[in-house]
Amino acid sequence: MKKILFHAFAIILVTVWLFPFMVTLFTSFKTMDNLMTSRSWWLPPKVWHTENYLKAWKDANMSRYFLNTFIITIPAVLGTLFLSSLGAFALSWYRFKFSKVILMIFVGGMLVPFQMLLIPVYRLSIQLGIYNTYWGVILFHIAFQIGFCTFFLRNFMKTIPASIFDAAMIDGAKHFTIYSKIVLPLTVPALAALGILEFTWIWNDYLWSLILIQSDKYKPITLGLATLQGEWVTQWNTMAAGSIIAAVVPLVVFLMFQRYFIEGLTAGSVKG
Amino acid sequence: MRGKWWVPYAFLAPPLVMYSIWVLLPIFQTLYLSFTNWDGVSPSINFVGLSNFKRLFEDPYFVTSLWNNVKWLVGFTMISVPGGLGIAMFLNQKFTGSKVYKVLMYLPMTLSFVVIGQMWSWILEPQGALNSFLNLFGIHEIGWLSDPDIVTYSLIMAALWRQIPYAMVIFLAGLNQVPSELVEAAYVDGANSWQRFFHVILPMLRPATVVAITVNIIDSLRAFDIVYVMTRGGPFYSSSVMANYMYIQAFNNYQMGYGAAIAVIQFLITLGFIVIYMRNVLRREEA
Repeated sequence: MKKILFHAFAIILVTVWLFPFMVTLFTSFKTMDNLMTSRSWWLPPKVWHTENYLKAWKDANMSRYFLNTFIITIPAVLGTLFLSSLGAFALSWYRFKFSKVILMIFVGGMLVPFQMLLIPVYRLSIQLGIYNTYWGVILFHIAFQIGFCTFFLRNFMKTIPASIFDAAMIDGAKHFTIYSKIVLPLTVPALAALGILEFTWIWNDYLWSLILIQSDKYKPITLGLATLQGEWVTQWNTMAAGSIIAAVVPLVVFLMFQRYFIEGLTAGSVKG
Repeated sequence: MRGKWWVPYAFLAPPLVMYSIWVLLPIFQTLYLSFTNWDGVSPSINFVGLSNFKRLFEDPYFVTSLWNNVKWLVGFTMISVPGGLGIAMFLNQKFTGSKVYKVLMYLPMTLSFVVIGQMWSWILEPQGALNSFLNLFGIHEIGWLSDPDIVTYSLIMAALWRQIPYAMVIFLAGLNQVPSELVEAAYVDGANSWQRFFHVILPMLRPATVVAITVNIIDSLRAFDIVYVMTRGGPFYSSSVMANYMYIQAFNNYQMGYGAAIAVIQFLITLGFIVIYMRNVLRREEA
């Protein structure tokens, strides 16, 4: 009995919660005629029309935006993981005067409101000649995410037993060799969890491409979708298909690696 | 680990240099710009003292934005934290399949705010899903996004859709740390489920609660995407928040100095909560 009640409540909860998602999914497969005549947003389409996706992909330029997001996200994730692993190694394996202060600077920076950075980063990107290029956004993401990633990786590296390391030191290994040959391979699980989390965060970013990218040909999918809102506002079905296209990659990544995703999220916030 | 004193600094240099250029230095530059009337284009930057800040508190749109941030903050702490806790407690029961429900609840967290804003606009449109549904009960068109008295609450509702699952994740992780023997011992001692919750589980969830509250406050004070995507702060700035007003002033009206001042106010309000969060981290460091 208790079991039935639990499932009944849970199914109601999940259905109500995912209602906006279902409305969008259904809308993306309906025709405009169908949408205008029946306002039953919550009903699945009688005939599933896939042409909205083709329209969003081709006519609304989603294919270009989709590719741009990959071009921005992948180097940004790899770059931030590499640089943070260097910092995390220093902060977890060495004792030195300013280590705690530096760690706190990394932690604090990730919580600063973005508005505090917008104007100077915009100005800097113009000065460096990387405004309105992929690089402007990539470099900002790398730099900003270093804060969280260093904190995260440092906590993980602290758990690696020092005995492994001492043995290597006796062998006379160089510091960089210890980092690259011993510590980094042992950090792979944390790097994977973090990489998945960072991938979805950077994929979903909107504000920084809004600030740093102007041309349509460099826009990532979030900015592209927001731009389309103006032009295609009456084409609910095409916009819905576009939203699903923008959501599908982080969604699939999450469903495939959800354990890592949640571990990453909680390790960063709760365990510390 | 032993070595020359500069070895850790050599490892830290690349990340720290990048972090300084794109994150640390800008904080001070914005602070500086908030005392100027820079327009974003002209080569000369004029110092105007505190006049941007004086102007802010006489600017009705800024006051509205600040007040809306207070609504966001109350909404996030009063709804997202207990809501997340409640759902976490409910789904944490050991039934087969409860994991599937958890994963489905997490789903909104993986979506971009642009997508979330789009999804919710179909719910909240004049002819959208919510009004069409209410119509069935004879309730007529509510201007979820067009009525200045309602619009902020509509936006908070859309944001909570993603925020509550986030609070839930924090509490589920916290619940994992509660030793089940302790709860069972209380059960054996005859504590009913309310007593077990308030006297055993809730005290053990204290660290998770502190994190959930501070994270929610910080997020509520930096809300931007949802507002900008769904209403741009309109109609007539009625749904504006500080982050969105700053963006409009700095990048649409080219009042960079004034925009910087808005950012500084936002930063100063957030700072207290950032400090609480960091002290929490430090305490765990020392423990």
